[in-house]
Amino acid sequence: MAYLDHAATTPMLPEAIEAMTARFGLAGNASSLHAAGRRARRTVEEARESVAAALGARPSEVVFTSGGTEADNLAVKGLYWARRAADPARTRILASPVEHHAVLDTVDWLGEHEGATVEYLPVDRYGRVEPEALREAVEREPGDVALVTVMWANNEIGTLLPVPELAEVARAHGIPLHTDAVQAFGQTELDFGASGCAAMTVSGHKIGGPYGIGALLLGREHAPVPVLHGGGQERQVRSGTLDVPAIASFAVAASLAAERRETFAREIGALRDELVDAVLKAVPDAVLGGDPERRLPANAHFSFPGCEGDSLLLLLDAQGIECSTGSACTAGVAQPSHVVLATGRDADLARGTLRFSLGHTSTREDVAAVARAIGPAVERARGAGLS
Amino acid sequence: MTENSQRRPLRVLAAMSGGVDSAVAAARAAEAGHDVTGVHLALSANPQSFRTGARGCCTLEDSRDARRAADVIGIPFYVWDLAERFREDVVEDFVAEYEAGRTPNPCLRCNEKIKFAALLDKALALGFDAVCTGHYATVVTREDGARELHRASDPAKDQSYVLGVLDERQLAHAMFPLGDTLTTKDEIRAEAERRGLAVARKPDSHDICFIADGDTQGFLAQRLGRAEGDIVDESGARVGTHDGAYGFTIGQRKGLRIGHPAADGKPRYVLDISPVDNTVTVGPAAALDVTALTAVRPRWCGAAPAGPGTYTAQLRAHGGETPATAELADGTLRVEFPEPVRGVAPGQAIVLYDGTRVVGSATIATTRRRDLAATAG
Repeated sequence: MAYLDHAATTPMLPEAIEAMTARFGLAGNASSLHAAGRRARRTVEEARESVAAALGARPSEVVFTSGGTEADNLAVKGLYWARRAADPARTRILASPVEHHAVLDTVDWLGEHEGATVEYLPVDRYGRVEPEALREAVEREPGDVALVTVMWANNEIGTLLPVPELAEVARAHGIPLHTDAVQAFGQTELDFGASGCAAMTVSGHKIGGPYGIGALLLGREHAPVPVLHGGGQERQVRSGTLDVPAIASFAVAASLAAERRETFAREIGALRDELVDAVLKAVPDAVLGGDPERRLPANAHFSFPGCEGDSLLLLLDAQGIECSTGSACTAGVAQPSHVVLATGRDADLARGTLRFSLGHTSTREDVAAVARAIGPAVERARGAGLS
Repeated sequence: MTENSQRRPLRVLAAMSGGVDSAVAAARAAEAGHDVTGVHLALSANPQSFRTGARGCCTLEDSRDARRAADVIGIPFYVWDLAERFREDVVEDFVAEYEAGRTPNPCLRCNEKIKFAALLDKALALGFDAVCTGHYATVVTREDGARELHRASDPAKDQSYVLGVLDERQLAHAMFPLGDTLTTKDEIRAEAERRGLAVARKPDSHDICFIADGDTQGFLAQRLGRAEGDIVDESGARVGTHDGAYGFTIGQRKGLRIGHPAADGKPRYVLDISPVDNTVTVGPAAALDVTALTAVRPRWCGAAPAGPGTYTAQLRAHGGETPATAELADGTLRVEFPEPVRGVAPGQAIVLYDGTRVVGSATIATTRRRDLAATAG
């Protein structure tokens, strides 16, 4: 088996498994005052410090959530509601059109149900938002912008977006910028403090930690309206009993992600380059998606003209190669990728996409398997055509 | 196991509707050693989510049920979007046929144009050898290698009628693992249960899958609009009105809303539908007797018969068999019935059998009544 879908989820690191299982037998609610509670709280707070250190944040800026989707929802909805409450004129949301659905569908929901005006920023053919484009959009009416949300790295095509420069534009007008950094964590340097972002989403299971845990890094001056109400945990912003084993495990994975980032980027980046070369050699008219230079080291994304991405998945799966089209499904039916469409590719190219994403278990053998299989698979999928 | 599933391992694409039959068929194919991949066909452009009652085959819930079954069987599973092809080839055809006063069979049409055409072609292009479905029918390979389609071992469950449109090439790539099942539906459900398939207790679908609520008249009225017209008797006398001639089927008795009874006091049936003047003709049951018909678009499972022949004919799904002689002339099938048959509706298929073997099928165009002049469909 060649597992090349680490962007969907990556196997847990042994250290993270150890940290998690070690705490399964221990009772203790981190909000309790007794010894068991204090022990749980100590674990949580140490974890908070580790996550903060891994991301250049202060411990008090770490809000644990159930994962990336919840963190995105909390940031986008919460900041929108808070900003609008402070000034009813602030109802405009500026977002990149290449966001993950956790952000995209959230801003659209605010547009449909909460009176938001959603404005998608222009992107270039690699999916990048230029600071000038954001400046133009903000300065048209700076007083009505509630927030800006632009991802750090795109999950489908791997392009890195210039988030610190964008945050600087927003900050100049006192506008908070949220960034979804789920894919970027562990692959490129993230320094929350230096980034100028108001909020940043990260997730556990994309970095070798467990499912169901993530965090929103949240600047201390920001108080989003909660999505989940209850016991008032996590700065009154995210209620719910803390998942101590998952938090401890996430913290170990986060520390290792930061510690191993440079090595990972170098080694996995070299492997990825091999994969890209092999695919382009086998299928000369394949088109590499995303920015060729400023991209995630583990991401390789291609459009194969005249192919259905689903057909390619089926054929590669039969060869033991596990990858993704990169785009979302509606009722199980593959849709043309909104990301690829946003970069100006036509609908047919947007349908024949494949994303290979490497990770800590990837080997040269995996790349060799793709090199062997991709040419015949594309030829066959072209025979099956676009239905 | 059916005869064709005992052969060398094949790469098989199993069409999985989310129902119990297609799930058991896929499981049997996998158990027979074939390399099986499941596929659910998304046939509705706007799948209704989580409809209860599980009728038809176009819901999110059905897709999930199919995927769950594939996971239990341990085979890969995909959803293929054939909604556009289905709309063009099945739904629009269905509406147009009713509009023309005929009574189409969309399941036949789907087998001919979707399952064993669009789906089969894509499967073959992707390197599969066969498409497997949960139909009850038997494929027999003759000594010369040619394929024959036969009725299922259990006549009560036989579905060879809706597969009568398949030609030899389509049959060569068809697999029906339920075809020699001499068991009741309960036993198929028991087998599903034994295999751990959660669809074991799912209710059967009977209705037309793209008409979610089962209200065919409502669907047609929405598509074709109301068009009030007359219901007349055989003498041409007006006996009632209707909201659209397309809403009727030859042989229909219920729902005619005729105010006063016939002179002889016997029930009246739809004898004829005339879209041109938007008139529906009713009359006594005896007037439904058909002694001959013509049928168009013949499809043969193998070579077309050279001359006239004697067969048994089936004229609708779940219908009985009737003796018939048939001859092909200028692409039109001319069929005579020694014993008159009732309820023959233009648009339906006639499937000809030689014993249990399907010889071919055609779409009924015109019928000749015993005591009426031939009526144009």
